[in-house]
Amino acid sequence: MSSAKATRASFGEALVELGNEFKNLVVLDADLSKSTKSEGFAKKYPDRFFQMGISEMNMIGVAAGLSFTGKVPFLCSFGCFLTGRFDTIRVSVGYSQANVRLVGTHAGIGIGEDGYSQMALEDIACLRTLPGMAVLQPADDVETKQMMRYLMTHQGPVYLRLTRQNLDAVSPKNYKFQFGKGVELKSGTDSVIFATGGLVGNSLKAAEALAKEGLSVGVVNIHSIKPLDEDLVLNWAKRVKHVFTAEDHNVVGGLGGAVAEAIATRGLATRLTRIGVQDTYGESGSPEALYEKHGLDTFGVARTVKSVLKN
Amino acid sequence: MQKLSIDDLTKKALESRRLILKMLAEAGSGHPGGSLSAIDIVTALYFNEMKHDPKNPTWPDRDVFVLGKGHGVPAVYATLAACGYFSADECMSLRKLGSRLQGHPDRIRLPGIEASTGSLGQGLSIAQGYAMAARLDGRSSRVYCLIGDGESQEGQVWEAALSIAHHKLTNVVTILDQNKFQIDGAVKDVMSLEPVADKWKAFGFDVIDINGHDMGQIVDALGKARKNTSRPTFIIANTVKGKGVSFMENNNHWHGVSPNPDELRRALAELGGSS
Repeated sequence: MSSAKATRASFGEALVELGNEFKNLVVLDADLSKSTKSEGFAKKYPDRFFQMGISEMNMIGVAAGLSFTGKVPFLCSFGCFLTGRFDTIRVSVGYSQANVRLVGTHAGIGIGEDGYSQMALEDIACLRTLPGMAVLQPADDVETKQMMRYLMTHQGPVYLRLTRQNLDAVSPKNYKFQFGKGVELKSGTDSVIFATGGLVGNSLKAAEALAKEGLSVGVVNIHSIKPLDEDLVLNWAKRVKHVFTAEDHNVVGGLGGAVAEAIATRGLATRLTRIGVQDTYGESGSPEALYEKHGLDTFGVARTVKSVLKN
Repeated sequence: MQKLSIDDLTKKALESRRLILKMLAEAGSGHPGGSLSAIDIVTALYFNEMKHDPKNPTWPDRDVFVLGKGHGVPAVYATLAACGYFSADECMSLRKLGSRLQGHPDRIRLPGIEASTGSLGQGLSIAQGYAMAARLDGRSSRVYCLIGDGESQEGQVWEAALSIAHHKLTNVVTILDQNKFQIDGAVKDVMSLEPVADKWKAFGFDVIDINGHDMGQIVDALGKARKNTSRPTFIIANTVKGKGVSFMENNNHWHGVSPNPDELRRALAELGGSS
């Protein structure tokens, strides 16, 4: 396993690499370039980096205007601050079909000590209500970089959700990113965990631990929350009696919500347990303490799956 | 587009006033007051100031117009139709199911519309984005954004003002359609903007104060803005809500109510002109 890296760091490296190849790539940041990791691009391509100050609404509108001339703008902030300007995203980006990449870093309670106001916990739920808005969340370095390259040719608005904390590599050798397709990382016969972002690695380790206790649990990396790989989800839901979702986000409207919609609207009786933040606000604490409290660490994920499947 | 003379601009605006009222009457809803306050400015832009091509609405070197106060879009539809972007007949589809002429501007449905607006305060940011792209590409395109005085109560307008001045964007011109009314009453009573000129000057703009219904003054102000390469320009266009129809002028009832057939007849009779 290669060394762990935050997906925001992988994103920053990808920007620098792609900036040389794609002259229509521009980057905007709202006084957080050190945290979002857009600062590398800013140093290398100062003409194509726009410092927008702490004015996220204006940054979103400006990015839309830039995109209408053929630029591919990546606008960066913490996910919570972008989600907070939802109406500007809704009209200037979503309805306008602006070819903008909204990059929200600092996903979930995994940011730790800064506490709730800096945690993106509703971003997936909000953004996926916008028609035509893709909602993506990579699980490791390799996937982030492939996703970034893909985003240079994708047409339409995209929300890209990235972590502050380091993530272990989970992608298989010869991995090839496919938009809208889930990635089966581990097979299973008893159940499956559909995981996204930082929870993919923890779910994999949980499934390995459960295997030692005789439970065969598959793990699927859902990097495209919208569009969701419904065929893959339903395929699993038809094979097993109980499925799980795992995410560092409110279970309301997040990946858990998306999978629930997919299963329920097809008339399947498969049961679903949503692992994530259970409709509460976040708080300060170390990332490890918060993951333990909310059952998002390896032990917590394994405990939830085992308690459901053994009953 | 060939530049029209001041006299011809005035005639063109009169024709557009008639079309605005007819399309609103046909739609049965919409915003006559703020369309009539804006039409002289929009006419001067499209028939004198801006370079644009109705046959090639996405021409990269065109000048760009963004209507921040999206509810005034009948003024833009009438003007685009007069330019030949689409037929005047299509204006009669305004606000109907399946129409390209949505109640507020929609850049996806209708070629010639540069920004989907209507949620107030967003247009100026988009205009700034167009202007930054033009500068980055070395294109001579200029960008014009018409905002409302009620709209100016939105915080995003001031984020954009701060940013346009900071980035020294002299290729974007902000025009205020100061018709002094908003839905709930007079702007000075709902949420005063005064002293509005001082505010924009303090933000770093050169401010020009004009009568927004005097074609000579509008054309002159736009020319001055074009020549100003030191600071971005803000034009305060003092206007009359409902301008041109006596019973609509300064009567805020006409913010968001369309004329009935009898009111339309009376309005058209007052305006005179052809058709």
